[in-house]
Amino acid sequence: MEKFTTLTAVAAPMDRPNIDTDQLLPARFLRRPRAEGFGDVLFIDQRLKDDGTPNPDFVLNQPAYKDAHIIVADRNFGGGSSREGAPWALLDYGIRCVVASSFGDIFYNNSLKNGLLPVRLPEDVVKAIRDQLHDKPGATISVDLEKQTVIAPDGTSHAFDIESFRKTSLLKGLDDIGMTFEHEAEISAFEDGFGKRHPWLFART
Amino acid sequence: MSGKTLFEKIWNDHAVHTTEDGYTLLYIGRHLAHDGSGHAFGFLEKRGLKVRRPELTFATPDHGVPTTSHKLEDITDPMQRRAVETLTRNAANHNVTLFDLGDSRQGIVHVVGPEQGITLPGLVMVCGDSHTSTHGALGALAFGIGASDVFHVLATQTTWQRKPDAMRVTVDGERPFGVTAKDIILSIIAEIGANGAARHVVEYAGAAIRALTIEERLTVCNMSIEAGARAGIIAPDETTFSYVEGRPFAPKGKDWEMALDQWRALPSDADATFSREVRMDAATFAPMLTWGTSPEDALPITGSVPDPDKETNPERRQAMQATLDYIGLKPGTKLEDVPVDRVFIGSCTNSRIEDLRAVAEVARQGTAKVPAMISPGSTLVKLQAEKEGLDEIFRKAGFEWRESGCSMCVGMNGDLVAAGERCASTSNRNFPGRQGKGARTHLMSPAMAAAAALTGRFTDVRSFAQKG
Repeated sequence: MEKFTTLTAVAAPMDRPNIDTDQLLPARFLRRPRAEGFGDVLFIDQRLKDDGTPNPDFVLNQPAYKDAHIIVADRNFGGGSSREGAPWALLDYGIRCVVASSFGDIFYNNSLKNGLLPVRLPEDVVKAIRDQLHDKPGATISVDLEKQTVIAPDGTSHAFDIESFRKTSLLKGLDDIGMTFEHEAEISAFEDGFGKRHPWLFART
Repeated sequence: MSGKTLFEKIWNDHAVHTTEDGYTLLYIGRHLAHDGSGHAFGFLEKRGLKVRRPELTFATPDHGVPTTSHKLEDITDPMQRRAVETLTRNAANHNVTLFDLGDSRQGIVHVVGPEQGITLPGLVMVCGDSHTSTHGALGALAFGIGASDVFHVLATQTTWQRKPDAMRVTVDGERPFGVTAKDIILSIIAEIGANGAARHVVEYAGAAIRALTIEERLTVCNMSIEAGARAGIIAPDETTFSYVEGRPFAPKGKDWEMALDQWRALPSDADATFSREVRMDAATFAPMLTWGTSPEDALPITGSVPDPDKETNPERRQAMQATLDYIGLKPGTKLEDVPVDRVFIGSCTNSRIEDLRAVAEVARQGTAKVPAMISPGSTLVKLQAEKEGLDEIFRKAGFEWRESGCSMCVGMNGDLVAAGERCASTSNRNFPGRQGKGARTHLMSPAMAAAAALTGRFTDVRSFAQKG
């Protein structure tokens, strides 16, 4: 996956809570091959009007957010289905970081495995950053994964948490499977014991 | 040292390796695959890897299968047809057990798992689908994962996971007449919110939970994800064991005795601690339905559409207004006065035989006024319903009796709700566009959905049932 180190970019505010993965990527696009990309269908039912032209009311269509690479949302961003197409659509559209007060757990995990950084900050901080973005459309924010900080448009710095396991993978752009293969001997040894405890699982009916 | 929770015991039994910051490489007891698993098998082949433990993966097509026919050639959407064909090919190439179209064991993966005894107490189970939380009803730790993780599980039979925190929702009291498992879980989600259980495994406990059948517990655990939970789980008990015993992929003979000994030790220790506790009283519950576009937007059927003007927080007021604009309801409207355009009965939440019996109880009292379709959760559920003559009751009442699949819950097979149409649905998500672009979804129990079909509006099933 692509590494994530630092990012200073225009951030788009999305005020609504519960922006679920069905909104991010409607189910009718899930069977697309990964190679075809999903950027053109991100938020498609909100981004485009019924006639296929851009909906000028949708935040990402507004000129100030043309170069947005960050979204600042509310609570429960990415709740709902496990579709990895949701982070793929964000990434393919150009979004590398989403800041919210909470995330859907599966979306959060899927994002980390694809080089999309989900940043969890307290609800009042996220709200304050959105307010600043509304006041100055097109303002930038800076995200530093190594330092685990977000610098808001007003210059204030906010620390965020991320497990060091995931932080290291993101900073280096490593997939899980490489690390897992280093534990091969451990897995095999575990499997022997597990098979003795639950022999019925390994006996094919 | 305090005792362990149910989920911690299962976690520890599957932990291969734990890093200093608490990330765990978890072994996967059983993995479920469906026609959405194509990305993951594709990643596997691209890397030239094999399925490490094919005997631990079970597959069945569900998301894109037609409900008018189970013939492959009847899948008109080429993408969906290719996905089902790809699953058949992947299962054959990788020696994975498959319940394909035409096999009576086919069905929605979360209905098939418990039905076949694939789902067992004490197992860590995963599937590339968020409603994997369903399987927690049998005392398994089961959660949904994305395509990258499915690939990782296929290749290594493990997944890296942060250990979630433990939360307990205790529902005591006796549920009143007309209150179903769906009403219990909608009441819980309305109480704690759509992200109320984020980063937690929720253990459901209390007298009202213990009293549930396994099928009812499956409904409760299914919607744990709609409260944001990593998983939902219920301690296995005699109800669980008698459900599991004798199922095709459950342990037998000596193995059964060995398994029972392990399973009886699973319930949370009396001194186990939970990072969060919620208590509710089932006696206060009523039949519920959702009015908005998040499962947390749930109210008793006796309620009215909420008024954004009464919301003091301006952002919340705006969000509520946007919800009402989408769903097409006016503040203050009594829910019982809202007409519906169609009814869907099915999905991994409510498509099992007990659900269908509840629908039949209502359906035998009238005739559907709006289009209503029923998609059973598996082909075996369909056959059982037909054996009991339920299909005759449905047909007589004007309900469409379909084949099994995910159907109109997610609409990938073409079973869609038209833009602007209002659907009373037994599924799990009322998100904007979930059942089709512009579709308006209202979640409720099978009995409530059946009642809505007969009257053409949201209806309190309690008055209905009493009339009959």
